[in-house]
Amino acid sequence: MATAHSRMTARLMISPAVIMLLGWMIVPLSMTLYFSFLRYNLLMPGMEEWIGFTNYEYFLTDPAFFEALGNTLALVGGVLAITVIGGVGLALLLDQPFFGQGVVRILVIAPFFVMPTVSALVWKNMFFHPVNGLFAHAAKGMGMQPFDFLAHAPLLSIILIVAWQWLPFATLILLTAMQSLDSEQQEAAEMDGAGPLSRFIYIVMPHLARAITVVILIQTIFLLSIFAEILVTTNGGPGYASTNIAYLVYAQSLLQFDVGGGSAGGIVAVVLANIVAIFLMRMIGKSLEP
Amino acid sequence: MGRIALKGLSKNFNDVEVIPPLDLEIADGEFVVFVGPSGCGKSTLLRLIAGLEDASGGNIEIDGQDATNTPPAKRRLAMVFQSYALYPHMTVRKNIAFPLKMAGASRDEIDRKVQAAAASLNLTDYLDRRPGQLSGGQRQRVAIGRAIVREPVAFLFDEPLSNLDAALRVNMRLEISELHQSLKTTMVYVTHDQVEAMTMADKIVVLNAGRIEQVGAPLELYRHPRNLFVAGFIGSPRMNFVNGAGAAAYGAQTVGVRPEHLRVSTQQDEGAWRGRVGVSEHLGSDTFVHVHVDGVGAMNARIGGEMGVGYGDDVWLSPDPDKLHRFDADGMAL
Repeated sequence: MATAHSRMTARLMISPAVIMLLGWMIVPLSMTLYFSFLRYNLLMPGMEEWIGFTNYEYFLTDPAFFEALGNTLALVGGVLAITVIGGVGLALLLDQPFFGQGVVRILVIAPFFVMPTVSALVWKNMFFHPVNGLFAHAAKGMGMQPFDFLAHAPLLSIILIVAWQWLPFATLILLTAMQSLDSEQQEAAEMDGAGPLSRFIYIVMPHLARAITVVILIQTIFLLSIFAEILVTTNGGPGYASTNIAYLVYAQSLLQFDVGGGSAGGIVAVVLANIVAIFLMRMIGKSLEP
Repeated sequence: MGRIALKGLSKNFNDVEVIPPLDLEIADGEFVVFVGPSGCGKSTLLRLIAGLEDASGGNIEIDGQDATNTPPAKRRLAMVFQSYALYPHMTVRKNIAFPLKMAGASRDEIDRKVQAAAASLNLTDYLDRRPGQLSGGQRQRVAIGRAIVREPVAFLFDEPLSNLDAALRVNMRLEISELHQSLKTTMVYVTHDQVEAMTMADKIVVLNAGRIEQVGAPLELYRHPRNLFVAGFIGSPRMNFVNGAGAAAYGAQTVGVRPEHLRVSTQQDEGAWRGRVGVSEHLGSDTFVHVHVDGVGAMNARIGGEMGVGYGDDVWLSPDPDKLHRFDADGMAL
């Protein structure tokens, strides 16, 4: 099918797209890389000079960096755990025939369409607020002290908000995967003497493995760069309790006006994301084998 | 050991009656084939016996015990599905071992039984493969192996050969028949293919729209069909039916003659139907000729391989009077 001539033409034809995509990535990346080696502070314009790895040294030895790294991993891991476990559970429920199935499915998907800033605001003011929040009202109704979520458990609160946003996505993917399970396989297992729990462990879960890997991969990409929810609710605080790497880079460059340090943080974040990506790709490669 | 009795068993889906109440006895060790056109309820009947569908009325007895409300796993039946329903993420070994594992058998016992089943089905070399790496016939054998290890009182087959190609189907037909000879276990087999039914069955149950049209040995059904439906369904190619004046001559509303019971001659014949030859199908041993008979329509006749009749020839068809089937106005055999 592919002669040398047609292969040449094909390469020629896709080259504009490839060159554009490459440029789109290379130009900002190399600029960031360049800035990360400069003393570049917005408060001292015109005083940029080459300082080598000093920015990296400061960023990587900053105690805030390790806290942010831990927070990033906790955020990604926590949200993944909630969405995958909750998604499997919800998909199992939604897969059962019941009255009003169509409406319920749309309701379940709805949070995914709410913008991150909006949903964070809604959670902050309607649920978590220690005076006006629904949780505070519920606590008071039961005679307990209201709990100030964002002040005392900021990271957990953000994990809850983000998990709420991503649960529909996981549910949707897992539900479609569950619907593609051959009913004869379930019936065969039933005749083989497998109860509901055994069927779930031996038939449903292996069938969902692939879909779960896809959910984990896609969500990790987005969860590593969570920003809006933190900015709207806690501003990374108290202290650095809810600061992740993305927020730390923002704080470094735009709150402390240290563009050079921020760029160094950005490059560190890119390296970290790639390390995570390598692990994920290994995992995916294994589970996508037939 | 494997007696199954259906007593007034019926099934409705919402308001639609799929199977009106029916009675059927399946004796121990018998090979029973449910046969009928698509949508006649034969698979539903099998699933009722398996317990995968709930009965709307009536009883199912297995070995004299009421099993109507027994869950599928407790009925001691094994089923082979049309799609094989193998577990794709498990190796052949684990697939076959699955029912034993669910029953809580010891590891030694599982190993021994899986090896024995694999050996009897020529699967020993494939035990560590996944179903996706097997051919259709091998998958079919794995599905049978998974059924055998449970040592059920009866096997249920739901159109097991319909996904195989023609040559393999003939082989698997033989293998299943041999399996039945060696195990002597009751088998209930569902198919829409009357050749499978005729070749494998001890007893055929012909179903039409959920009703049992006739129950009997293959040759009994072939020789003495109880009504028009059975006459038309059993036998290949199907029986020729003649209505009107041609039938009145034999004192019936409809007469039926099988293609193999028609004598074809190129000379004028007394009391015969005259027609023109259309398409001839040469199979080597036989030739089937399609003859257009005026006032009757298309008829199909079998002739010996040598007789030379060509397109457009005039021929005379005369039925063997002993092998003629006569039916009354209700379609029942006279």
